[in-house]
Amino acid sequence: MINLIAKSLWNRKGTALLTLFSIAISVALLIGVEQIRKGVRTSFSSAVSGTDLIVGARGGSLQLLLYSVFRMGNAPNNLTWESYQDFKKHSRVRWTIPFSLGDSHHGYRVLGTNHDYFKRFRYGNRQRLKFSEGKPFSGVFDAVLGSEVARKRKYRLNDPIIVSHGTGSSSFLKHEDRPFTVVGILKPTGTPVDQTVHVSLEGITAMHIDWESGAPPMEEDRIDNEEVLKRDLTPEAITAFLVGLRSKIHAFSLQREVNTYREEPLSAILPGAALQELWELLRTAETGLRVISAFVVLAGLLGMMTALLSGLNERRREMAILRSVGAGPGTISGLLIGEALLLSISGIILGMLLLYLLLFFAQPILQTRLGLFLPLTPPGIQDYSVLFAIVIAGMLMGALPAYRAYRQSLADGMSIRL
Amino acid sequence: MTEAVLELKDVCFRWPNQNRATIDLPELKIDQGERIFLQGPSGSGKSTLLSLVGGILVAESGSLRVLGEELKSLSRARRDAFRVTHLGFIFQLFNLLPYLSLEENVLLPLRFSKKRALRAGRNLAERLEEAQRLLTALGLSEPLKEGRPVVELSVGQQQRVAAARALIGRPELVIADEPTSALDADLREVFLNLLFAECDKAGSALLFVSHDSELSRFFGRSLSLPQINRVSRLEAA
Repeated sequence: MINLIAKSLWNRKGTALLTLFSIAISVALLIGVEQIRKGVRTSFSSAVSGTDLIVGARGGSLQLLLYSVFRMGNAPNNLTWESYQDFKKHSRVRWTIPFSLGDSHHGYRVLGTNHDYFKRFRYGNRQRLKFSEGKPFSGVFDAVLGSEVARKRKYRLNDPIIVSHGTGSSSFLKHEDRPFTVVGILKPTGTPVDQTVHVSLEGITAMHIDWESGAPPMEEDRIDNEEVLKRDLTPEAITAFLVGLRSKIHAFSLQREVNTYREEPLSAILPGAALQELWELLRTAETGLRVISAFVVLAGLLGMMTALLSGLNERRREMAILRSVGAGPGTISGLLIGEALLLSISGIILGMLLLYLLLFFAQPILQTRLGLFLPLTPPGIQDYSVLFAIVIAGMLMGALPAYRAYRQSLADGMSIRL
Repeated sequence: MTEAVLELKDVCFRWPNQNRATIDLPELKIDQGERIFLQGPSGSGKSTLLSLVGGILVAESGSLRVLGEELKSLSRARRDAFRVTHLGFIFQLFNLLPYLSLEENVLLPLRFSKKRALRAGRNLAERLEEAQRLLTALGLSEPLKEGRPVVELSVGQQQRVAAARALIGRPELVIADEPTSALDADLREVFLNLLFAECDKAGSALLFVSHDSELSRFFGRSLSLPQINRVSRLEAA
């Protein structure tokens, strides 16, 4: 029976292969969307690890997460150095990492921080940052580049870089008078770190020391670099800081303490909880994508049904011959259902092969271009149940042509009406 | 006493939506191994009669027995099974499935009837051998050897493949519906002689239907459908 179906299909291989490919591509899309969704989640979740709290100026928790960890958007306000020191010295705090954001370099964010960043920052599965070349910054005008910045802009050690004021990629105001020198390049992490230029907090202060309310100094007010290095470069404010606690149990109590801090309005977030909020926000978009790809699969299956239906008329002779050698109308409709099943199952197999082949080749590109790491994981239980549902749907799509064939072969009998 | 292969009595059939019967046959009987020529122009109800014999259509009234079995007392599925077990069909044209090989086309009925398959051979190898024997006997040894696809065969060759399919597993009755009308006169005779020889060997009766009364000379007994069908006689009157 399967032999007969396969041979009959092969006889109509033009239409059959087109149908097969449209099902395969739609399946690849559906499962691909799911894989990307999971990949994005993993990627976002791995951007920060081992951090108990993130503290910034008062604002929405999602906003704080986005500008501090993902370098998206801007901080509503800064927090003072004194507040930072207060919490840094807090008895329950084990370590902190200060973040000073606001400048950029060719669209890459510039992050002012200190050595704790290289010592304490963790991403992914508690992995620490590693250098592919060079070492952490030590001088005021030293810079450490994320891997993507170095690769895309083709920077090597000791190259000079100019920081732009503000975060737009087409910022016109440049800190041209205070160039930085590349002293280190980090290994790829698959996180926003790759797209970041790291400098010391003092470097950030130094860049802006003679600026007045966001505008570059007049010629006569300019302070030369020799002079700058002699000044006290302790920042007056930073943008945010990450906190590691001595014991995780105190995360909530310290969060409350930050949120009710009297000196200035601050917010503290638990990274996990804020990510959860992000998923909530993304859920609609994800659902939308899923619905679209489900409809694409439906379109593929409908295409199969159309092909089967339009083929029925041409196949009257085939049906009549089968009837004359004893096939009942039930067998004839069984052939049609079998055909739909065979097409959907082989479409799924081909689609999965296509998807994994595509992922295999796209993986390095996605990682380097978008910083998105898509692991080649085998399909999960959820994927299998989706695929199973497609098989069932495919069989149902075969039901209408099968019914038509049943009626047709009852009416035609053995006589061939062409 | 041996059972008649086919026995019709007062069979009447009317298509739905028609007020006149197409078939109204008082009697028709075919004995085992007999060869009968049934002549009738197109539109005389030949195809309808053959569908009735094949159990695809069921008579409104009267009795239609194949090998003693009253067809209308069988369920539709049983009739389908009965057809493949006891009858072999050859049609005018387009008898073969283009996507199957010569042998696979010949073996096709055996997929649908275990009894007929067993009569053709005890196992797949034997059945395949029998198919090849029939094809060779019908003068198709060359395309068989070359493994030619059926669509590349001439019409005459295709009809002989169809004959082999109708004969495999020795059905009691072979029904041929205008099998030679697409053939040239000399090929027609060759085909008929081969068909007769193999029917004799298989012990199958042959009901040969054609509009061409000239062919009747090859048969021991010939009937004219317009003469035995009451519908046509009324019309003529």
